[in-house]
Amino acid sequence: MKSIRIAAGQGFWGDWLEAPKNQVRQGPIDYLIMDYLAELTMSIMMKQKRKNPLLGYASDFVDLMSEILPDIAKKNIKVLSNAGGVNPVACAKAVREIANKLGIGDKIKIAAVYGDDISGRINELLEKGHLLKNMETGEPITALKDQIQSANVYLGADGMVEALKNGANIIIAGRVTDTGLTLAPMIHEFGWSMTDWDKMATGTIAGHTIECGAQCSGGNCSYQWESIPDMANVGFPIIEAHEDGTFFVTKHEGTGGRIDIRTVKEQLVYEMGDPKSYITPDCIADFSSIQIADAGPNRVKIWGIKGQPKTEFYKVSISYVDGWKAVGTLVYTWPDAVKKAKVAGEILRARFEKLGLKFDDILTELVGVNSCHGALTDSEDPNIPEVTFRIGVRGHDQKSVERFTREIAPLILTGPPSVTGFAGGRPNVQEILAYWPALIKKETVQSVVDYF
Amino acid sequence: MKIIQLKDIAHARSGDKGDSANVGLIAINPENFSILQKYVTAKKVKEHFKGICLGEVERYELPNLGALNFMLHNSLGGGGTLSLKTDAQGKTYAAALLRMFIEVDENL
Repeated sequence: MKSIRIAAGQGFWGDWLEAPKNQVRQGPIDYLIMDYLAELTMSIMMKQKRKNPLLGYASDFVDLMSEILPDIAKKNIKVLSNAGGVNPVACAKAVREIANKLGIGDKIKIAAVYGDDISGRINELLEKGHLLKNMETGEPITALKDQIQSANVYLGADGMVEALKNGANIIIAGRVTDTGLTLAPMIHEFGWSMTDWDKMATGTIAGHTIECGAQCSGGNCSYQWESIPDMANVGFPIIEAHEDGTFFVTKHEGTGGRIDIRTVKEQLVYEMGDPKSYITPDCIADFSSIQIADAGPNRVKIWGIKGQPKTEFYKVSISYVDGWKAVGTLVYTWPDAVKKAKVAGEILRARFEKLGLKFDDILTELVGVNSCHGALTDSEDPNIPEVTFRIGVRGHDQKSVERFTREIAPLILTGPPSVTGFAGGRPNVQEILAYWPALIKKETVQSVVDYF
Repeated sequence: MKIIQLKDIAHARSGDKGDSANVGLIAINPENFSILQKYVTAKKVKEHFKGICLGEVERYELPNLGALNFMLHNSLGGGGTLSLKTDAQGKTYAAALLRMFIEVDENL
């Protein structure tokens, strides 16, 4: 029975730079997939593209290609990534230039997959009655349409499958789903029908298993984390996919980390909603159908996955400008560190009120006491050695947020004692790009594949 | 009756979906799934996350993985970039759930 090895190289833009190189060089793989896009990465890229029309993609990907293209050409590995961001064509051209410079231009066929960007079509879509209602509130986007920074549909595997069929070995997509990067090679290699919903769900769950990189091979694992070996050389996960819909999760020999049912189960439940209804553009996958078993050292077998037909909608991720925020910190020490930090917070709030500063939200946290687990860990213990006092504000009045950043340092000389930690200077004011999830009928969007 | 802490029988992972967090709670040994199923109710989780989870708690069962999945709505200070929280993505809520104590039958 035919099988292929699909290796994950990046779980997000900013992940470990050595991982994709190791995946290509430390053992056999057929495909390298890399996920660079989080919900708000697109809006950051859009800002970059507005400043320079040649930007707007994950530049790390291009740097990486300049290192590994020769290995990829030699070993006949195919690469799929959503590194294209809001400018897959510019990214494809940059990689083409590198391939030519390296003298392997004839061995590389690059495809750009896009059509996901609908930010230029908002008015047209609204006029046609596509209201892009917020999935959580049901509110139409109309009132916010002038604040929109980016709007991208999550495309499925189809464009990438077409690119593979046409012989591309480097596929650079815009906003395709993370899971589609893994599903596409399985459809292409095994000739799976894209209406075989169990198979589509199988590829989707395989994709979900490795889309966060080492988070399924020992990283961030809460079960006996100290016993996981050699995390300095953690092996990123590889899916060994079989034609019949069984797959194995594994990693290269000799690498660190661990793959067993526990590390894999933790990734399976990550960012999960209703497990019976994991909706992607390609299918609805049922996580309650997953069968899982250890199948040797660092090898987990998964089979039996069921799926349901895809919906008639694409999910759209829209970002829009929604005010400003800033966060400042100071450190208070024993004795009475907690009380000092709490008093500091009260002083600041009184000053904000007197100054007439307007905020939508003010949050005070004591890092080291309650910032993550809230009331579960709150303490008044006067002997706590030190706490970081952390205060954040958010609002639509930029001047108020700017003034806030000037109110932290004065506390050093005008508040409780044994205080330090202001070496970093005033906090930055950040523009908030909020996220608006919506649905759009599939027939309004067409994926595009171009070759370079 | 005896008291056990979830960290001794389960492991977990959490993440975000907008202003909701999800916590997947997995029995370390599959035979302990029934304990999680019986004692770690949505109501108990809602009480546990008092002050953090301001919305509903939904519970889903995954017997095939020996796991429960909890959706904690309205728990991330607005979620995404709106949130002012240190843990704006609820990444540490898994550990917070493992703090929970449950009172179980002596012979379990």
